[in-house]
Amino acid sequence: MTTPLVPNLTLHWDDADSHTLTGYQRHGGYSALKKAFTAGADGVIQIVKDSGLRGRGGAGFPTGMKWGFVPQNDGKPHYLVVNADESEPGACKDIPLMIANPHSLVEGVIISSFAIRANHAFIYIRGETPHPIRRVRAAVAAAYQAGLLGKNIQGSGFDLDVVVHSGAGAYICGEETALLDSLEGRRGQPRLKPPFPAVAGLYASPTVINNAETIASVPAIINNGADWYKSYGTEKSPGIKLFAVSGHVKRPGIYEAPLGITMRELITYAGGMKSDLPLKFWIPGGSSVPMLTADHLDIPLTYEDMAAAGTMLGTGTPMVFDTSTSVVKAVIRWIEFYKHESCGKCTPCREGTYWMVDILKRMEKGKAQLSDMDLLVDISAQISGRSFCALGDAAATPFPAALKYFKEEFEEVIKMAGAQA
Amino acid sequence: MTILANSNQPKSNDNDLITAVIDGIAVRVPKGTLAIRAAEMLGIEIPRFCDHPALSPVAACRMCLVEIEGMPKPQPSCAITLTEGMQVKTQNSSQVASSAQEGVMEFLLLNHPLDCPTCDKGGECPLQNQAMSNGRADSRFEGTKRNFQKAININAQVLLDRERCVSCARCTRFADEIAGDPSLELLERGAKQQVGVADDQPFESYYSGNTVQICPVGALTSAAYRFRARPFDLVSSESVCEHCASGCSLRTDSRRGKVLRRLAGDDSEVNEEWNCDKGRFAFRHLMQDRITTPLVREHGELRPASWPEAIRYAAEGLRNQRAAVLAGGRLTLEDAYAYSRFARVALGTNNVDFRNRTASSEEQDFLTNHVAGTGLGVTYQDLEDAQVVVVIGFEPEEESPIIMLRLRKAVRNKTLKVIAIDSANSLGFKKLNADLRLTKPGNESAAISELIKDLQDQNSIILVGERLASSHGAFSATVAVAEKVGARIGWVPRRAGERAAVDAGLLPNLLPAGRKVFEPRDREVVASAWGVSVEHIPTKPGLTQLEIISSAVQGEIDAIVTAGVDINDVANHAAFAAALNKTFVVSLENRASSVIEFADVVLPVGAITERAGTFVDWEGRLRTFDAVMQESLALTDARVLHLIAIELGHTFKDDAKVTSLRSSYSSLGAVSKPGTMNLVAASTTKTGLVLAGWHHLLDNGSLQAGEPHLAATARAVVAKVSSETAQANGLISGNRVIVRSKLGAITLPLEISEVAPETIWLPLNSEGSSVAMQLQIDIGAEVSVSDGGAI
Ligand SMILES: Cc1cc2nc3c(=O)[nH]c(=O)nc-3n(C[C@H](O)[C@H](O)[C@H](O)COP(=O)(O)O)c2cc1C
Ligand code: SF4
Ligand code: SF4
Ligand code: SF4
Ligand code: FES
Repeated sequence: MTTPLVPNLTLHWDDADSHTLTGYQRHGGYSALKKAFTAGADGVIQIVKDSGLRGRGGAGFPTGMKWGFVPQNDGKPHYLVVNADESEPGACKDIPLMIANPHSLVEGVIISSFAIRANHAFIYIRGETPHPIRRVRAAVAAAYQAGLLGKNIQGSGFDLDVVVHSGAGAYICGEETALLDSLEGRRGQPRLKPPFPAVAGLYASPTVINNAETIASVPAIINNGADWYKSYGTEKSPGIKLFAVSGHVKRPGIYEAPLGITMRELITYAGGMKSDLPLKFWIPGGSSVPMLTADHLDIPLTYEDMAAAGTMLGTGTPMVFDTSTSVVKAVIRWIEFYKHESCGKCTPCREGTYWMVDILKRMEKGKAQLSDMDLLVDISAQISGRSFCALGDAAATPFPAALKYFKEEFEEVIKMAGAQA
Repeated sequence: MTILANSNQPKSNDNDLITAVIDGIAVRVPKGTLAIRAAEMLGIEIPRFCDHPALSPVAACRMCLVEIEGMPKPQPSCAITLTEGMQVKTQNSSQVASSAQEGVMEFLLLNHPLDCPTCDKGGECPLQNQAMSNGRADSRFEGTKRNFQKAININAQVLLDRERCVSCARCTRFADEIAGDPSLELLERGAKQQVGVADDQPFESYYSGNTVQICPVGALTSAAYRFRARPFDLVSSESVCEHCASGCSLRTDSRRGKVLRRLAGDDSEVNEEWNCDKGRFAFRHLMQDRITTPLVREHGELRPASWPEAIRYAAEGLRNQRAAVLAGGRLTLEDAYAYSRFARVALGTNNVDFRNRTASSEEQDFLTNHVAGTGLGVTYQDLEDAQVVVVIGFEPEEESPIIMLRLRKAVRNKTLKVIAIDSANSLGFKKLNADLRLTKPGNESAAISELIKDLQDQNSIILVGERLASSHGAFSATVAVAEKVGARIGWVPRRAGERAAVDAGLLPNLLPAGRKVFEPRDREVVASAWGVSVEHIPTKPGLTQLEIISSAVQGEIDAIVTAGVDINDVANHAAFAAALNKTFVVSLENRASSVIEFADVVLPVGAITERAGTFVDWEGRLRTFDAVMQESLALTDARVLHLIAIELGHTFKDDAKVTSLRSSYSSLGAVSKPGTMNLVAASTTKTGLVLAGWHHLLDNGSLQAGEPHLAATARAVVAKVSSETAQANGLISGNRVIVRSKLGAITLPLEISEVAPETIWLPLNSEGSSVAMQLQIDIGAEVSVSDGGAI
């Protein structure tokens, strides 16, 4: 039996006015707000905890638990920061979400801020994508107009101001602490932890940072209850999620489905392989997680099953590659991306990516030797787990992962070049 | 093993100690101790680049990775605080740690140029050293190294070779956290990351040289030292800075009798490990324009003479004359002590004053009762521990830069509030977040009396500067307030030798160690320390500097002995010149000065690098140093005075060697409690526009001669008034302003700023603004101003 899709955030994307307040409210938008105010802040946190919602920014951290870390009655301002910097190769879910359904995010922001006692929220949107920035700005403006933002929202006594911030144009600004620095007007580089953002985040005050999809998922959970949400997915990966399928499929796009759906099912929903060529490899999350092959198409897309398969669910934005793809070139492009985006703060990532690209470029030009493969494995190991932030780990991922399944292809490329020379 | 907290570690009592294990050795340390610090205490050296004990951790270079039991990844020991039972394994006992470190070292060298043979850091380079101990023998990198255009200036004095930088962020953190001049930043990202400044904004900081010292590679160098020497050719000596009363410990590096560079010395109680650019870079005066032989005047001209001839000549000119001693504020304690004794015993006079600057009898009374011979008083640590520090007539950054750093440290820790009573706002006051009470010169006493409500029930300290001598009643008001609220007072003169001069009794009413000329018991004690009979200490009241000059002009003084005075430092310099012209002048100097043209005998003495001695810093702390140039034959002032005294028929108990003078002084002991000062009331408030000002740290001071790169980092020379004063006097911002006294004028660009009402602020001795020379007045004097037109 195929897993059915469960359109929730995507349900009304076909409406011409899905991005407007009218369009959102026509289908019951902003009704969760009233329920949240009735449940009270702690009540909301409890519902989110009970729902088992996990962060959709890549790491899958339980959202309710994160909110619970914010100290209460500490006399300091609290902040909610929405991470919509979506910049990872392959990841393309938050941007369509904000274009088509920005009010779900705004409603989520209001409820989440209410829960963590924040009177200021910031939505940090990838700066290179003006369209979602315009849409979310318009949604925020409409919400203010309608009394859904500002002072004493709907008579609840709760005040909230929302700032939509255009990102600084760097992948690293999606890393939550670099994002905070960037938001404060500094150069985006990750911060040393502790202190953790829940204790000293934005402007040294308690701050919750969540992915845009995470926050946009909150209204439906409040409306339909934790049990409804938990009825989808698995025990460890409950709920529904936006899967952004890209690459060599006939209909790339967003498929909203319960966690636990398989890649084979998603490819089928996406119309099958593009040129009817066989699948060569695929990646469950963005480019930061290790690749899998056709042998792994039936593994449920959950946090736990992906981990068991030696990879990660990541952002749940699978990329599909057919046999026309050179795995060598794919790896080169990814590592070039990490080199370009390395913030420079720590030595392993800054220098290691520089070195890997140097070798891979040689490989591309037919100037590599077989021993360079060992060297690349070594360099990856010297970066992985020793860098300051997860960008370094991500940069160290593609080569060893590709080598695991496609060693011969690398050897062939090197040898062939040697023969040509 | 129990390890006590040092100044950069959390303080704690026994209850806050935890036990952790490093490489199998248990160590008890205060909670909050970093793994790398605890390892250091055990003698385990973990390699590092970004770590610096005085800077907040960044964990960026990843050189210090160690294995910690229970943690899946190696951790940066520079950022991991130890917890009870934590098991840390360094490269000595963990394969994970040593392989991580080797990997990082390989990465660091990847893009590092092979500059060692031409790099200034070569031979003293942490990267070089750690590459030898933790690196691979050869490189596996075959590509092209990252390249930058050659060195760029981050300011006139400091250069940056970007390709050598390892992005440790020490320099940028220093700028931000310690100096508070955060215009040095990391720019760009990835392998292109580099340190830099904005195009139109150099790294303007009085502390910029510290970045050169803490840079763990040769990326930052100073224009003054670049390509001058190899560290292994240098002889390093501990020394003490001669420039100001902060008392910095320095390291002086010399080669074949020439000083090539100076660095900040390590002294946790004083300068921690910083110094200012003046102390670091202004040392050419030690070698430039030196007088090498004694000179005597014959037929109106100075000619070289032998030592015996010159000593005899000096003695004959001084014998049985009405004499005076003007020994400026630059002497060591031992030399000052010798002048004090020489005046009393050999010249038979109390006409002695060290104050070649604005001075008052009220100040003298204050120094006599609250400073002289009191030993170590308010300390740097006290400043750090205080709740409130008031600075009056004293701009810490300009006038004693290490005090500024200490105050800022406590302000950043949010434990200290600074209140300033002064005539104008400044960068330093802003960096201290000071509660500034803008006060027209002359009105300080009223502002001081207001302090009572701020200081009640606070652990408070009042720092007064020498500028206060120009404000009648200010010292009295300070003492009154301090007594009322139980605050402690620190006196911060500008020059390095002023405190020693007070302690040595270079004032007409004072003998050494706070002993008083008019106390018979004190005279006896001092006479016995000197080994002379008590009648040899004159009882006739002596004259102050001002009185000595006017008496000499009137022909009532015949001979003057001078040391380290520049006549151009004082407003009455015309009278000073006339006085020197009329008298027999014996000048003890190490370099040509403004006194020489009037001198009858010039006796060359050693520069501070050529002899041992002691400076007394503003705290009253003895800063003893040895000669840098051990082989120098130069004489101390004390030795020269001794020879003249012998010629005049006087002998003392000791041989005037530095060590004997030091023990002679210390045999006098310290004053146990302050004396009673005669409190004077403030004079009535002055109406009309008055002059305010202070010395910029970097200015035309004669000890800064010959340092073009340093001079280029001096602050802009501008006159400042408030917008109200500008309006009232028809002055236009951005135009020039002409400031006039009865005797002269100064024309400078005008800046509208936060300045006290009816006040115009000028730098006292900067290019184009030498107040003593051009206006010939002191601060607090009336001036007139007019618009000087567009620039
Ligand atoms: C280099 C890097 C880039 C990241 N980019 C994003 C991003 O664009 N959006 C996002 O939500 N999380 C991103 N993350 C993850 C965030 O640091 C953080 O875990 C997440 O925003 C938390 O939200 P969640 O708990 O809702 O998942 C990134 C992490 C790294 C290391
Ligand atoms: S791993 Fe290091 S260099 Fe790379 S992005 Fe993170 S902090 Fe910056
Ligand atoms: S210039 Fe020196 S101190 Fe500054 S970041 Fe580079 S290596 Fe570190
Ligand atoms: S602060 Fe004063 S003592 Fe220290 S280096 Fe500078 S001038 Fe010398
Ligand atoms: S010294 Fe610890 S990371 Fe640099």
